[in-house]
Amino acid sequence: MAFKVDEIRKDFPILSRKVNGKPLIYLDNAATSQTPQQVINVIVDYYSNYNANIHRGVHALSQEATDKYEHARHTIQAHFNAKHNHEIILTSGTTHGINLVANGFSSFLKKGDEVIVSALEHHSNIVPWQMLCERSGATLKVIPMNEEGELVMSEYDKLLSDKTKLVFVNHISNALGTINPIEDIIKKAHHFGAAVLVDGAQACPHLKPDLQALNVDFYVASAHKMCGPTGVGMLYGKEEWLRKLPPYQGGGEMIAEVTFEKTTYADLPHKFEAGTPNICGGIAFGAAIDYMNHIGFDSIAKYEHELLEYATKKLLEIDGLRIYGTAKNKTSVISFNLENVHPYDVGTILDKMGIAVRTGHHCAQPIMDFYKIPGTVRASFAFYNTRQEVDIFVEAVKKAKMMLS
Amino acid sequence: MTIKEIQNDIIDEFSMFEDWEERYQYMIDLGKTLPLIDEQFKTENNIIKGCQSKVWVHAEMQDDKVVFTADSDAIITKGIIAILIRVFSDQSPKDIIEADTTFIDEIGLKEHLSPTRANGLVSMIKQLKMYAIAYQTQLN
Repeated sequence: MAFKVDEIRKDFPILSRKVNGKPLIYLDNAATSQTPQQVINVIVDYYSNYNANIHRGVHALSQEATDKYEHARHTIQAHFNAKHNHEIILTSGTTHGINLVANGFSSFLKKGDEVIVSALEHHSNIVPWQMLCERSGATLKVIPMNEEGELVMSEYDKLLSDKTKLVFVNHISNALGTINPIEDIIKKAHHFGAAVLVDGAQACPHLKPDLQALNVDFYVASAHKMCGPTGVGMLYGKEEWLRKLPPYQGGGEMIAEVTFEKTTYADLPHKFEAGTPNICGGIAFGAAIDYMNHIGFDSIAKYEHELLEYATKKLLEIDGLRIYGTAKNKTSVISFNLENVHPYDVGTILDKMGIAVRTGHHCAQPIMDFYKIPGTVRASFAFYNTRQEVDIFVEAVKKAKMMLS
Repeated sequence: MTIKEIQNDIIDEFSMFEDWEERYQYMIDLGKTLPLIDEQFKTENNIIKGCQSKVWVHAEMQDDKVVFTADSDAIITKGIIAILIRVFSDQSPKDIIEADTTFIDEIGLKEHLSPTRANGLVSMIKQLKMYAIAYQTQLN
């Protein structure tokens, strides 16, 4: 069955607006995805009909909100194929999940232990581990990357040892789109008894990870990259790990009993969900997952791959254009530069033509340092982008080149 | 010329452009042609790091006036710097301190001076004023 992109686009009201007098072409999906009407309706419905605090009220609204929120947790669990519902912790987003795990691990690590991260990481994936290592005296090791933007797995093998306690890697690189071989990374880390945390923020809009099959210890994601709202995400942790990890934040909801002498913590998942959560966001996260599953991840992946190949081919026809990140296994992200032109200038001209791309170092300075560039222009495609949009985008890049060089 | 007169000249010049393309092409050409700073002043000390582009600023006092030179690694940023230098350079510290930059709105470049743009320009204007304040203190 053909992918009905014109029908799908009707679900996204923002796609029909204009920017600088031109129809919006939104190619910044790796930063945040757009929201379909089906998810917007859920948000409006929540505030219009059953806005209440959850897990504590005896009244009808509170019960209704609690049921919907917990239903969303089930949707997330089913989507990611987690074994238990209480292994899904609702967070404020990927960064929150990473910090929660890093903070918890600081009580397990000692001097001489090692934490491995990859060279393809976002800043939010580097800084918490640096902080963790500073606190615990552990050492941070980095899996290097090659010219194509792939991790050098033979070097990973050399870094692993009995000292390795935790491996942290993104499923897909935000700056380059490389899909990392996480199955292999997880297996090898487990061989040395190390835990693995995978950042799925960039992967979840494009594929459906099976967390039990992956046998991953922790996995984090954000709703706003997968058609949901900002400010909500999920941390998956294997039950045994979540029981071991100390609570991250203190507050209401995460306690069982409190006296001034001693507090006992609530059971999972509430132990990690201090305070009033983003209730509406959690419910809308569930709706976003339903929406994406309705379209189907297989269809999404196939369509996006075609768009990626088409856009790559068209862009490479432009003289002096270089694409960074040419891994065999990559998602619909194209990071590029025009020869002797600063990415900021290209982004500014594209914006004038109604095209939204990201420019700069994409919070991944180590990758930019590797290529010795100040940054790139990044066009990231979603399932609601079209070939016509790619054509307009490529013409706009040609125009930027003409104006700037 | 006073800062206000220069600003009015720039507004007049920009009013002749019919669309964004002409405005931007003009700035790009400004950015390409002007040698804006002596290489020896492109130091770490003189750098203003924006997330998007870098800006270098150097100041010196000549005959009671502050002379600024500056540069950027992005050409549109550099074009705007050329305009800012034209306005602020070779003026007395007092006039620089008192000057505003609302003319940027009138020539349709407001977005480039947004604090969230992170191209270094807002920090650059602050820096120009800081230099002026420092020189003013010396003069007193």
